[in-house]
Amino acid sequence: MANNIYSKKVIEHFQHPHNYGKIKNANGIGEEGSLVCGDVMRLYIKVGKNEIIEDVSFETMGCAAAIASSSVMTDLIKGKTIKQALKINNKDVIKKLGYLPSVKIHCSLLAIDALRAAINDYLSKKTK
Amino acid sequence: MTRKSKKIYFDYAATTPVDPRVIRIMLPYFGKKFGNTMSLHNFGQDAKIALEKSREIVADLIGAKANEIIFTSSATESNNLALKGVAFANKNKGKHIIISQIEHPCIIETAKWLEKQGFKITRLPVDKYGLISPLDVKKAIRKDTILVSIIHASNEIGTIQPIEKIGKICRQKKVYFERSENQGSTEPKARYGPYFHTDAVQSFSKIPIDVNKMNIDLLTASSHKMYGPKGAACLFIREGVKIEPLLHGGGQEMGLRGSTVNVPAIVGFARACEICEKEIEKESRRLTKLRNKSIKNVLKIENSYLNGHLTRRLPNNANFRFSFIEGESLVIQLDLLGIAASTGSACSSMKLEPSSVLLAIGLKPQETHGSLRISLGRWTKEKDIDYFLKVLPRIIKKLREISPYGK
Repeated sequence: MANNIYSKKVIEHFQHPHNYGKIKNANGIGEEGSLVCGDVMRLYIKVGKNEIIEDVSFETMGCAAAIASSSVMTDLIKGKTIKQALKINNKDVIKKLGYLPSVKIHCSLLAIDALRAAINDYLSKKTK
Repeated sequence: MTRKSKKIYFDYAATTPVDPRVIRIMLPYFGKKFGNTMSLHNFGQDAKIALEKSREIVADLIGAKANEIIFTSSATESNNLALKGVAFANKNKGKHIIISQIEHPCIIETAKWLEKQGFKITRLPVDKYGLISPLDVKKAIRKDTILVSIIHASNEIGTIQPIEKIGKICRQKKVYFERSENQGSTEPKARYGPYFHTDAVQSFSKIPIDVNKMNIDLLTASSHKMYGPKGAACLFIREGVKIEPLLHGGGQEMGLRGSTVNVPAIVGFARACEICEKEIEKESRRLTKLRNKSIKNVLKIENSYLNGHLTRRLPNNANFRFSFIEGESLVIQLDLLGIAASTGSACSSMKLEPSSVLLAIGLKPQETHGSLRISLGRWTKEKDIDYFLKVLPRIIKKLREISPYGK
């Protein structure tokens, strides 16, 4: 069934999100959003040789757009180097989703914020 | 997973389909009986007769007199008329108005606007079930209180207020008001408390209302919430209540609402009232049973709660809260499975703010996100409830698996 608020792609990722849950041996974890706002995204990354993101997963409490944005973002960064991942922005997420209603743009930003938080976490652990 | 065929409507509190019996009676008023009620010729007078007949029918449903019913275009208009109309007509007597924290936005926003015009607004709190304490009303009434406006039943959580008691308090509080004016009489005028208005949009047609028994001076009701068409609503205004019109014009509706009368919609509204009056008892019992079945079974889901009162609630309303998930995603998932429901979550609103009603009953912002309202109606079948009860636990489980807090 179609939904008039969201694109087909959003619905697809919302109903069958990719890479959700926790991964073992994550060496970078980022959490963004707040319980008060109702959108919380937690991202787990496993960075391996040559700074490549070998595995990634997310946990999100939020609306359909937040869940779909998380899912798409994990697809975008899997197999990429950290440097490449840092170049990804919310427009790439929206492009992958086809379209996001204007009140839902912040959901794509949340995904990017969570990604950067996870990478920062990894980098700070590495330097220790 | 998606199912195109299912179409279950659990959002009767938002709006209702028009009953075919209502449509049938409306149709001639678009065509053959198209007259303007203000015209002297036959076309006009036919329309006028239909209008006045409708007024009697609507009045009858709440124990009012026909001349105490003003037809408007929407409940929002009726509520605006009640608040602004009473405020401006009585401002020389006082500028204080009492409302509650769980009013519909059209009362809240109107009150906010009146505040800017120099009126003073008191917003009464509610308890965790959404109930207003009549004692709080009593304490809040001041010498300059001109109006108390309390919603009869909450559109969100379904809680039914002790309207009769609140109305009685407004009467008992003898401030300095005259409710009825005997022109030419030399006797001292009766002195009563503030006028009492209730927004009865959700309760009208679902639970019995008697404006005299319940001490109501003004009451708002709407057609499209009770199987009538959109574009028709009414405001009951007790005889003698001082009120100014919002729309000045050709003197329609006893001079209280200028505008060419929307006869087809009003005729439909009246027919919808007749049907409800006949079916109210049986239908209320039927819906209460279905509602209770859904509440009993939904609450079997772990970390689920009922918002509102268990028994003092509308027969057709159930409002839940599920921890660790967000209501918008829940509503979208239900929609994809063919069930139309609604939520008070921030993500679902254009303003991205959580429902003020859920905050007023004491929920923390983070607790308001996972709310789900189902509102049942005339075409809800038991098998619809069964299907809902079958798919809901699965949906919640999946969303909790995705959530960082769900395990």
